[in-house]
Amino acid sequence: MYKQIGVTGKPNHLLRDQMIRLLIYLMVLCVSGVFLWILLDLIHGGGALLSWDFLTDVPRDAGRAGGIGSILISTLLVLLIALLVALPVGWATAMLLAEFIPAMSLLGRWVRYSLQVLAGVPSIVFGLFGYAFFSIYLGMGFSILSGGLTLACMLLPILVSTAEAGLRAVPESYRLSAAALGMSRTATLFHLLLPVAAPAWAAGLLLGIGRAAAETAALMFTSGYVDRMPESLLDSGRVLALHIFDLSMNVPGGDAPAYASALVLIILLLVINLIAMQLIHFWQRRKLNTE
Amino acid sequence: MRFWRQSIWITIAVLALSGAGAATLTTPHKLVLTGSSTIAPLAVELGRRFESLHPGVRVDVQTGGSSRGINDTRKGVADIGMVSRAMKADEQDLQAFTIALDGVGIIIHASNPVTSLTPQQIADIYTGKIANWQELGGKNARITVVNKAEGRSTLELFLTYFQLKNSDIKPHIVIGDNQQGIKTLAGNSHAVGYVSIGTAEYGAQRGVPIKLLPMDGIAASVANVRNGSYPLSRPLNLVTRMTPTGLVKQFLDFARTEQAHDLVEAQYFVPISID
Amino acid sequence: MTWWKRSILFQSASIDKWLQWLLRAGAVMAALIMVLIMLFLLLESWPALQHIALIRFFTDETWHPLEDHYNLLPMVTGTLYASCGALFLAIPLGIASALFMAFYASPRMAILYRRLIELLAGIPSVVFGFWGLTTLVPMINQWQPPGASLLAAILILTLMILPTLALTSHAALTAVPGEYLRSAAALGLSRWGMIYGVVLPAARKGIVAGILLAAGRAIGETMAVLMVAGNVVQHADSLFAPIRTLTANIALEMAYAMSDHRAVLFVSGLLLLLLVMVLTSLAGWLGKEHHV
Repeated sequence: MYKQIGVTGKPNHLLRDQMIRLLIYLMVLCVSGVFLWILLDLIHGGGALLSWDFLTDVPRDAGRAGGIGSILISTLLVLLIALLVALPVGWATAMLLAEFIPAMSLLGRWVRYSLQVLAGVPSIVFGLFGYAFFSIYLGMGFSILSGGLTLACMLLPILVSTAEAGLRAVPESYRLSAAALGMSRTATLFHLLLPVAAPAWAAGLLLGIGRAAAETAALMFTSGYVDRMPESLLDSGRVLALHIFDLSMNVPGGDAPAYASALVLIILLLVINLIAMQLIHFWQRRKLNTE
Repeated sequence: MRFWRQSIWITIAVLALSGAGAATLTTPHKLVLTGSSTIAPLAVELGRRFESLHPGVRVDVQTGGSSRGINDTRKGVADIGMVSRAMKADEQDLQAFTIALDGVGIIIHASNPVTSLTPQQIADIYTGKIANWQELGGKNARITVVNKAEGRSTLELFLTYFQLKNSDIKPHIVIGDNQQGIKTLAGNSHAVGYVSIGTAEYGAQRGVPIKLLPMDGIAASVANVRNGSYPLSRPLNLVTRMTPTGLVKQFLDFARTEQAHDLVEAQYFVPISID
Repeated sequence: MTWWKRSILFQSASIDKWLQWLLRAGAVMAALIMVLIMLFLLLESWPALQHIALIRFFTDETWHPLEDHYNLLPMVTGTLYASCGALFLAIPLGIASALFMAFYASPRMAILYRRLIELLAGIPSVVFGFWGLTTLVPMINQWQPPGASLLAAILILTLMILPTLALTSHAALTAVPGEYLRSAAALGLSRWGMIYGVVLPAARKGIVAGILLAAGRAIGETMAVLMVAGNVVQHADSLFAPIRTLTANIALEMAYAMSDHRAVLFVSGLLLLLLVMVLTSLAGWLGKEHHV
């Protein structure tokens, strides 16, 4: 620290700053370039198919014709169930780990370790587990419910680790001030720490949604393959990512609808992201301004 | 244990806000098919037409491979299993009904000047004895050998026909499903592989740069699989645990009548009739 | 709203206790899932473990489960090479992206780039694989056949874990208190001096957590790698050699595996879990060393 302060004014430091700036810009350019390349490829391959009918129609001729209406509904239902289950459990775990028990306690270490391992379990193993546990043992069969619960298991590590990191990054002084004011820890958590940590939580949530919406292998064995409009949560329903996988790997001539479905999935995520960011922003501002 | 199961169930039911669904699990008007990803698209179409002929019936098709079809049928999770190969000796507890035939053909990139390979040459390529297209009258380029993953029925068929062991094969790329093979071949002008003929013909007719090579002098085409002259073909089977009755029997019968032939042909398979 | 306000003023120990028990229940549930999965994997691989000696999974000549050869080692190295390579590329790119969003870009630009990264996070692995197979692999093939290779796997994996790294790092960077930055600015630190000397150390924990998440994803990724890596079971001797990862092995063969073959695939799932456990413990241990 001391040394750095001493030499900031020197020209070689300006040069170094410029070089690093250039490097970062180059890397960002590189990432954006590749991403746009993929996006353009997708638009080129499937843009022509996109229409309102494509979004609302049910698939026909193994997905080569028709649309993806029923698949969109199934995707949203699976996502909803996964989040409904994973968010409370995951965020509760994060709060406990970050605020209520010492980092080195037995429970804390065990839970954190389990979750880190869970993060490395390949999705196909989750799929086989979900099939054996939810679909067969609990008797849910191939259903949106079973798929959603399997996904919830997969999302936990992401939700917990991002939320915990967010809470831990809040400076200790906040907690000390709150304690000095005689606030209960619960109140400190909800009124002070959560609003500050909200962006990290949002990042975790969005990562989770992204991962869930893009999941194939875990859902193949659980929520299943049926491309019809689901009538209840116990019906099997094919999700968008699985539809894309099936079209590109199994259906001859399925490339164009596969590209188009991928585009829809990306747009869907964009919309979800925008809504989530607005909500978080709104909530954070209200919390921080009124108190 | 029972209590726990019930309490988990109750929690879930509350979470999901769906009390009405439980009844649908046991309705007699639902047929569940699971298994081979090759047959699944066909089964979906068969199911759709079957539903229109029998109002109130639901046909649910799940994919995941032939072995899943067998396992699920044995466990009773599925009413009908889909198996894209002949039945094995230890699978005699299941009853198989062949609904269609599918051939396996050797494919290369369309720009490759080679027009035919003898069985000996194919065996030599796959065992690494021939490594350059020049030795076969093609360009001077290394051959990229594309093989299928262990356990796949097309691999078994290929190995038996050429009397090879999988451990003798020296592959450069190992693939899973047929479409992956087609895409790999289309992107590599020096590759050789083998896939379902129906899939390959469909692609070739729609401008994918691949071509099918004749096998033993017989052109690899759906027509030659149909008339039985093409040597490398496999049955596409539907299997059941018990002698089929009721809805299951109706579906199996339907899948093998004239009514279903256009659907089978639309997926580039060869239909089989019981009548 | 009012009763909440009151609870700020009154020190209430009982609500803390209640909440803590609630959270504890959630945490135990989360941790139990791992135990359940472990149990399930053990149960499914038991038939194979019973009559195949453990050592054979590392000493057999090859992986030909139908011919009674069960060597998993080439796939372990394949998994490690691919994930390490991807991390090696993605960590600098991810942190640079996060720094760009937090310190270098204008607010509008930062939001735009963030959207881009969030979208990248949502592209299904199938699409990456699909794109890799039709675009990337043929390109590498022009250069060094057969194209489907370790390199292709690394590049695709890099793209897939980059968003995780960038978003978690960005979250960690923005969580650094503003007063730190203002103090640094007041001290006359240059921008990089501030980032290197103040921000990165303060955000280290969050960044490391992100790297761990990304590593987990790289190891666990299945579909995209399966489509581009070539899937030949061998120890890679160059970047252009095809490899097979443990996950690709499960996905490729599970659908058609019966009896022993199936059980052995579950053993490879178990091995993967062990691998992750070892890496996690290692990371934890390294973190502790660093801390002291």
